[in-house]
Amino acid sequence: MPELSTLLAQVFTGLVLGLIYVLLAIGLSLIFGLMAVVNFAHGALFMLGAYFGVFLLGHTGSFWVALIGAPLMVGTVGLIMERFLIRRLYGRGSPDDPLLLTFGLSLILVEGVKVIWGKIGLTLDPPRALAGAVDLGFMAFPAYRLFLIVVVVAVLIGLYFFLGRTNIGLIIRAGSRDPLMVRALGIDLGRVWLVVFGLGTALAGLAGILAGPMRGAYAEMGVAMVIESFVVVVVGGMGSLLGAVVAGLLIGQVVGLTTLFVPKLAEIMVFMVMAVVLLVRPSGLFGEAGLME
Amino acid sequence: MSALRSAALRIAAHPVLAFWVFFALFPFIVPNRTMATQVLIFGLLAMGFNLLYGYTGLLSFGHAAYYGLGAYGCGIALAKLHVGSLWLGLAAGLGLAGLGGLVIGFFCLRRRGIYFAMLTLAFAQLLYFIAFHLADWTGGDDGLRGIPQLALGLGPWQVEIGHTLAFYYFAYVLVGLAVAALRRILDSPFGAVLRAIRENTSRAEACGYDVNRVKHLSFVFSACFAGLAGSLDALRLTVVPVESLFWTTSGQTVMMTLLGGAGTFFGPFVGAATFLVLEERLSLVMEAWPIVIGAIFSAFVLFLPRGIWGTLTGGFHGRQSA
Repeated sequence: MPELSTLLAQVFTGLVLGLIYVLLAIGLSLIFGLMAVVNFAHGALFMLGAYFGVFLLGHTGSFWVALIGAPLMVGTVGLIMERFLIRRLYGRGSPDDPLLLTFGLSLILVEGVKVIWGKIGLTLDPPRALAGAVDLGFMAFPAYRLFLIVVVVAVLIGLYFFLGRTNIGLIIRAGSRDPLMVRALGIDLGRVWLVVFGLGTALAGLAGILAGPMRGAYAEMGVAMVIESFVVVVVGGMGSLLGAVVAGLLIGQVVGLTTLFVPKLAEIMVFMVMAVVLLVRPSGLFGEAGLME
Repeated sequence: MSALRSAALRIAAHPVLAFWVFFALFPFIVPNRTMATQVLIFGLLAMGFNLLYGYTGLLSFGHAAYYGLGAYGCGIALAKLHVGSLWLGLAAGLGLAGLGGLVIGFFCLRRRGIYFAMLTLAFAQLLYFIAFHLADWTGGDDGLRGIPQLALGLGPWQVEIGHTLAFYYFAYVLVGLAVAALRRILDSPFGAVLRAIRENTSRAEACGYDVNRVKHLSFVFSACFAGLAGSLDALRLTVVPVESLFWTTSGQTVMMTLLGGAGTFFGPFVGAATFLVLEERLSLVMEAWPIVIGAIFSAFVLFLPRGIWGTLTGGFHGRQSA
């Protein structure tokens, strides 16, 4: 048995990873909930967030500019993707086409990044203020990771109020439940789609820039993340934001603790959890059976 | 265009015969005979995928799993268990892929619609990580090496398949049999139910068909075709790289099928040939050739969703209902 402090440190590491999953899964879930689009390019946009972060940090020298700017840039890429490409597929009645298109786009993004920034990964330094470790009393923990936890929790609270307490949030929730009725009430859903796609992809970009100082930026970094985020969405229940949060944190702990006890099984356990959930609760922990199928 | 179209329609009318005739001459048409064999093998893999996506309406993003299981099944039987017969090696690959399709299909069919693609992808990645860590059996990161290219036992005769052209005709016969088998499946009442499910799942259910069982069987058949492709590729390369199971193999299969035309009989072979030629030509002139492939694929999804062969013959475009 490892010591208690090692165990606690690993629980915190799992929490950090879990929060990255949560950001990605919420974006996927929001986009899917409203538009029934599975955005395969989500991992590529996560990766793009880290690269835009490196770019902005290099040009401005400020991590804070990068932290705000990178998600905005990724969100802009998302807006362009939705408005000019994915939107053409909505009327077709073949629900797999957006997934196929975003798969093609993710290839372009991953290879494009290699052309622009080279094939070798880049590093992204956290700001000096967050460089050291913080003594929590029972253990020391990297300050940057504590900062990441605070940022993600703040963003989640913000999202909760945005979706739950604002008019546009109300329209988004209504739109994912009954788009036809929302349209009948005279609301231009096309603009709402654009907002949600921009928001969802910006969250992926935020996850990317936040993950940057821990794992650097490299072209393939999004691939494993998007597949694991799919797992989070399946475990939590597609379209359920609470499900995305709970499942993201759960998968983060699964990875963190398996890494501590049986490192070889870390990646495998993620999929095992998914298989068990599928057996016991096919609609996911918080999904309603039959919703959005 | 209309002459091309009528020629294409004439070929589509007698698909099995057309396959035997065309691919008998194929290695003498293409400049590169290794590529001729690759077109056969990846065409077969795409054909298996097409049974599930093009004819049943289920988008699998995890066909690397069955291709890889076929390759490892055949490779492990020959290189580790020393079964000493190509036929037993092929049977092991086919059996393992079919078993994988049975188990993974069971899990993936628990969720319908768009979940299916994500689940198939996730289970294929699970197999990739297992193969990666099970190095004693799979060779792990280095790949499974030392698969012997045994002579093929045909009754009293032993046929060498080491030569490129000999291997091509060995693959040609097996892929041709698979093509005939697929035609038989599609022409059967079962094949008609598959298309009924693709067009309208609820109505097929209302007609009294056990939709989930039919889908599951289609999944297993599809996995077997992919597994045969994997076994053949293991014999061709005498190595199974662990990337066979990686998601890129699945993505490539999806792209080949869509380029050629999903839901058309020859689309997968047309797509495999197109993809392989593009890959060969582009990789000579640029390092970032996947950008061009990605752009062409995206353009096909947007503007030519029936694919090359489907546009010529008028095939199926996408699933019509969730």
